[in-house]
Amino acid sequence: MIRSTHLPLIVTLATFVLAYALCAWQYPSMLSLRVVANLLTDNAFLGIVAVGMTFVILSGGIDLSVGSVIAFTGVFLAVVLRDTTLHPLMAFALVLVITSAFGAAMGSIIHYLEMPPFIVTLAGMFLARGAAYVLSTDSVPITHEFYDALQQVYWKTASGGRFRLIGGVMIVTFLVGIMVAHRTRFGQNVYALGGGSATSRLMGVPVASTTIGIYAISGGLAGLAGIVFSLYTSAGYSLATVGVELDAIAAVVIGGTLLTGGFGFVAGTFFGILIMGLIQTYIVFDGTLSSWWTKIVIGGLLFAFILLQKGLTWASTARRKVATGFVTPS
Amino acid sequence: MTRNAFLRRITPQLIILAIVLGLNVLVFPDFFDVEMKNGRLFGNLIDVLNRGAPTALLCLGMTLVIATKGIDLSVGAVMAIAGATAASLVVEGNHWLVAVLGALSVGALCGLWNGFLVAFLRIQPIVATLVLMVAGRGIAQLITEGTILTFLDPGLIHLGAGTVLGVPTPVLIWLTLGLFVAVFVRRTALGMLIEAIGINEASSRLAGINSRVLLVCVYVVSGIGAAIAGVIVAADIQGADANNAGLWLELDAILAVVIGGNSLLGGRFSIVASLLGAMIIQSVNSLILLSGMPPEFNLIIKALLIIAILVIQSPKVGHLLYILRASAPQPHPKQLPPLKENLR
Repeated sequence: MIRSTHLPLIVTLATFVLAYALCAWQYPSMLSLRVVANLLTDNAFLGIVAVGMTFVILSGGIDLSVGSVIAFTGVFLAVVLRDTTLHPLMAFALVLVITSAFGAAMGSIIHYLEMPPFIVTLAGMFLARGAAYVLSTDSVPITHEFYDALQQVYWKTASGGRFRLIGGVMIVTFLVGIMVAHRTRFGQNVYALGGGSATSRLMGVPVASTTIGIYAISGGLAGLAGIVFSLYTSAGYSLATVGVELDAIAAVVIGGTLLTGGFGFVAGTFFGILIMGLIQTYIVFDGTLSSWWTKIVIGGLLFAFILLQKGLTWASTARRKVATGFVTPS
Repeated sequence: MTRNAFLRRITPQLIILAIVLGLNVLVFPDFFDVEMKNGRLFGNLIDVLNRGAPTALLCLGMTLVIATKGIDLSVGAVMAIAGATAASLVVEGNHWLVAVLGALSVGALCGLWNGFLVAFLRIQPIVATLVLMVAGRGIAQLITEGTILTFLDPGLIHLGAGTVLGVPTPVLIWLTLGLFVAVFVRRTALGMLIEAIGINEASSRLAGINSRVLLVCVYVVSGIGAAIAGVIVAADIQGADANNAGLWLELDAILAVVIGGNSLLGGRFSIVASLLGAMIIQSVNSLILLSGMPPEFNLIIKALLIIAILVIQSPKVGHLLYILRASAPQPHPKQLPPLKENLR
């Protein structure tokens, strides 16, 4: 029997397969490896950031700062590579440390001051965007032979599709994310925290270190996404990636993760990302539809999946009510 | 609320506002100069009131929504939709009043949608309003067909850039509406009922409050406020910009409510304090501009402001202060004023 916790994931998978089948039926060339490769490359940074967002949402929180952190990372890298002789690898390490520490700081405020994650990460969003502005308001190009070398790393298929390095980074991130979520103690703690903070504390979950760890991971992955984004665009711009946090949240929800926390799969987020990328690809293929349809369709999908989650929660509560005659208030 | 309690409630906001305005005078001595030119009031103070109008209008509804333990993330997108609606109606040759009414009804419809999701489908507010926040700008672009719709209708432009008796229209609009809402929720039981929902919805329903209808109403008010703000912004630039109208203003509105000392966890609220919060934000903006600081610092200063206020508001810090105060040496009983004084 299909367990109700798996149902959102299955619906996501079915949606993706169905959508891809529809697209391929209308435009057979969408089946080509070239399109698949581009799908991975174009959504690499969004995918990486969505892995972090999945952990945050699984724990019952939310992180609104990721878009700004990506922009900050891009500008930071561009300015550092322009003004100093630091090797890009050193700069990458530095920026990952900064963004992880930033996330950890937000996590500590959320835990120790008992503030809602929404408002704390909102402040973090202002702070990171402001820091990016202060570094540079212009778009700073990145010209470094190491960057060129990284951009030349790709695996070319016979049909001309190019699987680039950044798409690979995204897939590795997802694999590691899946392992961490389902095969480590930390991952189990995250799920426990999403089930209820008080309950998990009584169960012996280290709430403080888990909360701080979750936001540090989200911040660090936003930093990694920033690195990938700077490889993708070869520039750092403080106005870039505005609203990416919303795309990431939407991808996580479409991927079947419950927004109240506790239920969901990192793998679902991967298909959430692919569905969103597919919508964009379809609009490009069609040519007559305007880009704003992307937002409307994503909004509609978001709504449909939230309704599905509500329906499932309602159905499982009703079943419990029938079985025991009692219902636990949710 | 008695006059004294009311004054005590808004004292922190008044002090912060006075400090920020004082800093404004320090960097720009003529800050308080207001003069009449061509039948219109000019001056930095008027500018603060005028530029703060959209945030003030948004924070009216936002205060009520937050008092019910909710949040409305969609107001910026609703502003864009309303502005686009008004512009497209006027461009089609309708009277400007029709355009404004159309924009207001679209705003009310958006609020109805949010309220329906929150009150009847029981979706958490942050998620429910996220749907419209994501899709809203797409809808606005659908209405303007992707362009910036410009218009020259004098009636509509008057709403954003005109004056009545020398006072800019936006200032009059937000002051009147703010006063109306503040008096309306406090002179009736409505304000108390809204607070009851925010403190504990289940028990308020058991106490006989029709919480669902009230929740929908609160989101509709927020939608209408956003629509008015959207019309004003569009009228000010004589065009509807679906991409940038009201961008990030939802965050400013939430910030204004938080600065106004309203808890994000629902319950007690004060409209006047929120409006003062909106003015504080605008005064900070003006301070950054006048002091010649690069505008890049605007966001960092705002972020630090939020963090500082959050720390002050935090229950943990409040508890700590309470313990500190309680462990301080108690005044000797003899020093207490006589009982009779206390009773009076």
